Formats: sequence, C-alpha cells, structure tokens
Amino acid sequence: MTDLANSTVNLHADSVECSRDDRLLFENLSVEICSGEALILEGRNGTGKTTLLRILCGLRRPDVGEVRWSGVPIEECAVDFHRHMVYVGHLDGIKRELTALENLRVLQTLSGRGKFSVDEALDAVQLGGFEDIPVHFLSAGQKRRAALARLLVTDARLWILDEPFTSLDVQGIELVESLMDRHLSAAGALVMTSHHQVNLSAGVIKRLNLSEG
Amino acid sequence: MSVWQAFVELLKRDLRLAVRRRAEIANPLLFFVMVIVLFPLGVGAEPNLLERMSAGVVWVAALLAALLTLDSIFRSDFEDGTLEQLLLSAQPLSIMVLAKVVAHWLVTGLPLLLVAPLLAMLLGMKSAAMGTLMLSLLLGTPVLSLIGAIGVALTVGLRRAGVILSLLVLPLYVPVLIFGAAAVDAAASGLPVAGQLYILAAFLAMALSLAPVAAASALRISLS
Repeated sequence: MTDLANSTVNLHADSVECSRDDRLLFENLSVEICSGEALILEGRNGTGKTTLLRILCGLRRPDVGEVRWSGVPIEECAVDFHRHMVYVGHLDGIKRELTALENLRVLQTLSGRGKFSVDEALDAVQLGGFEDIPVHFLSAGQKRRAALARLLVTDARLWILDEPFTSLDVQGIELVESLMDRHLSAAGALVMTSHHQVNLSAGVIKRLNLSEG
Repeated sequence: MSVWQAFVELLKRDLRLAVRRRAEIANPLLFFVMVIVLFPLGVGAEPNLLERMSAGVVWVAALLAALLTLDSIFRSDFEDGTLEQLLLSAQPLSIMVLAKVVAHWLVTGLPLLLVAPLLAMLLGMKSAAMGTLMLSLLLGTPVLSLIGAIGVALTVGLRRAGVILSLLVLPLYVPVLIFGAAAVDAAASGLPVAGQLYILAAFLAMALSLAPVAAASALRISLS
C-alpha cells in the first residue's frame, strides 16, 4: 500500500441495518468519515450508539450492509484496518493488577508502535508519577486516563470512542479535547458518542442523531 | 511489530497476572492434592486396591483440576475489556489465543505435572510407571487446556457458563483420559506403552493446530 493511502482515513458504512432482541435500532444508515473529520453520535439511551460504534470498529457485523475501509470491506483487510484504528469502549481494556506502564506496553505491542513512547503518552494524560502503581489503586478517572493514553501509543489515524469523558474531571475533559484537536489537525479522524458538550476547535464536525428516524 | 514479539509479550503479561493473583496457581494444585489424598481415606488403605486405581485417580483428578480453572483463560479479559482489544489488535487472533493457552497451561498444568509423581507414590504406584505417568500428563494436560479454550471462548459471553462449559468440554476430554490412564496402567504391568503415548501425541498435534483457530472464531462470535 502506498504512503498516500496510508495517511488518509476513509471509513464508509454503507446502508447498514442492525436490530437487537427483535428491536430495529437503525436501518439504511450510511455514514462516511474522512481525514480531519469528527463524527459525533447523539441520541437517547438505547438508540444504538454503542452498537453502531461496535459495527464501525468490526466487533459486530451489521445485519445488512457493510463497512468499508478505503473501499475494502473491513473483514477483508482486518489487520491493516486494526493497525490504523483504535477503539476505547465502555470497558477500559486495562488490567487492574498491572501498572499503567505494563498495560500500555502490551497494548502497544499488539497494535504497532506510534509516535509517542509509553512514558510520553502517560505524561501527556498527566499520569506521570503513577506509572508504577497497579491500576487497581488508581481512581476511576485516572484509570480512564490510562485507557485514553492508548490513543497516543499507537499510530492510529481513526479513533473510535464510546463516552470518552466518563469519570474524567473538568481538566481531564479539556485535556482530551485538546488531544482530539491535535489529532484532527494532523489529518486524523474520530467517531465518538458523548452526553457532554464536545468543544472542538479543529476539524470538520459532523453530528448524527440516532433518535430521529 | 512481529507476531512473535506480540506472542511473547502477551504470554509474559498473563504469567505476570497469575503471579500477582497467586490463587490462580494455588487453587488447581490444592484441588489436585486434596482429591488424591482423600481417596485412600474414602476407599480404605488397602495397598493392592490403591495401587491398581492409582493411574485412574491421578488422571481423573488432573482432568477435574483442569476443568476447574478453564474459565480463567478468557473470563477476566472479557470482563475488563482487554479481550475486545485483543480482537481489535493488528495481530492474528489465533496466535494470541495460543499465547493465552500456553500461559494457562504453564500456570495450571505444569504444577500438576510436577507434583503428580509424589502423589502417585502416595497411592503406591510402581516406580516403573512414574516416567510414563509424567510423559502422559505432559502430552495430555496441554490438550485439556487447548480443548478447554474452545469451550470457554464459546461460553464467555454467557453469565452462568459453568454447566454448559462442562457439558461441552467433558465428552472431548474422555479420549485423553482413556489413553492417558491406559498408558500408565500398561507401564505398571510392564507392557509396552508406545501406542497410547503416540495417540496422546497425535491428540496434542491436532489440538495445537486446530484449537487456537476454533477458539479465535468462537471468540469473534461471543463478542459480537
């Protein structure tokens, strides 16, 4: 694959449909995310925001339709897609018995090295000084910060975030927003859900409300 | 980042976790020792009887101890979201599953293998059969972990998986038990054991090559 194709983001969900427990969440839904764009999913609880995110990152298959990465269905280019995508879900994906440093080192090995080293990423989310303490002893907000540090240790161009601001304090939210701004101005892209107001100054912001229609 | 590095890193992570949790190592070992120690108390300390049963008792105890620990292969990873991350990693999932199974065997299977001769001696097993006992456990217990991984991968999404897991996995464990115990019995009676051991080795080769792939597909289904 060429450098050009590597540096751009193009994720296209083509008329996907999904139902859960016999209840139709959405049908004929098409979204496209390109470099420099932020897609914010809105909607009441239970409208399928998390399900859509899980479909976009390939954890779940849509009942109808498909998700394409640079024009290729994501099942067919899983390794390439996963190298360029990072997902932070409801669950932190952090082992409580391990330190933040050990956790991130494993995650970095699994998804390929990025611009930041593990230490730099922990400093960026203001966890410097806590890196050698098992995550078990950190607060919920610090644990979330450790999970979000994962965004920085890999080279992912597409961030898929499910309620990233949960349990973060005001400074934490501002910090993550500034990281998002930096990511968007460096031709990255992101998809996220949030019940908070999201203040982004860079990139093109698109909103999709799943409660309507 | 090569697959091999990721394999080693994940293996190291799981071993480190086991060391920090401790109970994970102690639990199956304690169970194994207790079952075998309780047997003479239950059936009476008649040396001939115990000696004749020893191969079967050790093998059944090892099998149940393995079954007891299976859930730990994927359960905690499922609950804290690290399993999702594993599925989304840029590495082949089946190799990562294999790393987790190897870690599971090193933590739960290997200690059993090491104490088995002591316990077999307790039951009065002939020393001529010891080598075969070790060898049959060395070949057989990894098969238990590998087959178990498929069962756990299929049931990890269910809240009460215990009974279904046993029902799924036990029928597949039976051949391993039969040939494992038969090899030790044959050795105790001074008969050749190559046949049984070759079959155990064949089970291991088959499980090593097929189980990680099957468990990886099962995980994809469980998490969707």
